[in-house]
Amino acid sequence: MNHSLNEHTLKAFDGDLITLRGLIAEIGGRAEKAVEGAMAALANNDHDLARQVVEGDKRIDALEEQIDRMVIQTIALRAPMADDLRELVAALKISGVVERIGDYAKNIAKRVLLIDADQQIDAARLLPAMADATRQLVDDAFTAFAKRDADLAVAVCAQDKTVDDFYNSIFRALIAHMIEYPEHVGAGTHLLFIAKNLERIGDHATNVAEMVYFAVMGQSMNERERGDDALAPGSD
Amino acid sequence: MLDNLASANTKAKMSARDVRVFYGPKEAIKGVSIDIDMDNVVAFIGPSGCGKSTFLRTLNRMNDTIPIARVEGDITLDGENIYSSSMDVVQLRARVGMVFQKPNPFPKSIYDNVAYGPRIHGLAPNKAELDQIVENSLVRAGLWNEVKDRLQDSGTALSGGQQQRLCIARAIAVDPEVILMDEPCSALDPIATAKIEELIHELRGRYAIVIVTHNMQQAARVSQKTAFFHLGTMVEYGDTSDIFTNPREERTRDYITGRYG
Ligand SMILES: Nc1ncnc2c1ncn2[C@@H]1O[C@H](COP(=O)(O)OP(=O)(O)OP(=O)(O)O)[C@@H](O)[C@H]1O
Ligand SMILES: [Mg+2]
Repeated sequence: MNHSLNEHTLKAFDGDLITLRGLIAEIGGRAEKAVEGAMAALANNDHDLARQVVEGDKRIDALEEQIDRMVIQTIALRAPMADDLRELVAALKISGVVERIGDYAKNIAKRVLLIDADQQIDAARLLPAMADATRQLVDDAFTAFAKRDADLAVAVCAQDKTVDDFYNSIFRALIAHMIEYPEHVGAGTHLLFIAKNLERIGDHATNVAEMVYFAVMGQSMNERERGDDALAPGSD
Repeated sequence: MLDNLASANTKAKMSARDVRVFYGPKEAIKGVSIDIDMDNVVAFIGPSGCGKSTFLRTLNRMNDTIPIARVEGDITLDGENIYSSSMDVVQLRARVGMVFQKPNPFPKSIYDNVAYGPRIHGLAPNKAELDQIVENSLVRAGLWNEVKDRLQDSGTALSGGQQQRLCIARAIAVDPEVILMDEPCSALDPIATAKIEELIHELRGRYAIVIVTHNMQQAARVSQKTAFFHLGTMVEYGDTSDIFTNPREERTRDYITGRYG
């Protein structure tokens, strides 16, 4: 079936959907920026930037509420069917997921404010690469939403394994490091939780991708291969 | 279209195979095949003029009353061809009853409206049994409590919603097997509509029911199967829950999401 959609006979409905897609793009963009900002703050020990990320999360929360209100209103007023209904349900779920991504980014930023910058921990040297992979996942998930691109959504889910693999290897390295240098346990634990947060952000990006797939294809994505996550204790 | 029939249904109450209807030279129905069973209310949806009413009318030979109409193909009721020369059309229309868009009670009493069919079909040997049929039909049509004290009032004096339920009682009174409804709620307010929809739920299983409706929410509410018609063909026929969440055909999707034309 053709996935591109014509205009509605009722133009105001298209207006609602366009507004909603704009809001999803905005909240997704802000969440991605928050992840990026939190990791840059970590890399440069930039406390101002970390505080900006913490502060910026309020805007993400507000956007989530705005999206939820708009979805409910649109369902009530337009009685959507089929693709439209699925898109609205997906938008509702995605906004909840993105709000979580924002929370994880905020949590990372808060930890930046607490980490003792003098402690250089080589075991965490993979974190920036993990952060890049995670941010790319978030970016792709929202691109998939904007373009109604089911293939890209599938790719996001496949890529999540990379993030999980990063997490597992960072986890092991940090544990080994902390055993060897007990005086680094404070910073090491923060870095461990940061890695865990990134891993959860990756999971949420795949949740977004799964909703995109559902909205576009009308069925849920097949169970896909996962990296063995959840070996390490979670931060949430 | 064949996959619609893949599970060629032994339960089918009515079956249509490659049905074509012509009005003079114009082909209004272009080869429609469908099975209708007792367990599922079937909704016909589609844009105005696509042939929903025309096809519905083939199911009890109402098209016979239109001189220029000609029907081709096979339609069976319990396996028996309803267009065969041995079929008694009056009998057929009692077995396959019809309720129309505009409530059309006879200008007679409420009682006589319901008693009319049983009388002409000789279903009630005496007054007591006729009374019973009238009461049962009005009860089943959800109208009894509102009219039991005024059975001799004229049917046309009822409200539109009551008149429509009276017409349903009239259809039920001859103990039909199939009830066809052509936009039965389009002249009714939301409360009267809800009553008819509730009634359809209650009648389900006892009768095979087909309803034509322009109201997609109504199709979603009352039916378990939905058929989408477009330009004289049946584009898609499936579970109502699938049709309204994930239709297979682009034309169905465009129609139900309001992107038609
Ligand atoms: N008695 C008739 N004589 C000639 N053509 C007719 C007759 N009845 C219907 N048609 C034509 O057959 C086609 C199908 O009409 P039909 O009434 O079955 O459509 P419909 O789907 O029920 O439309 P609506 O939703 O408006 O009731 C239309 O093109 C219509 O003009
Ligand atoms: Mg009609």
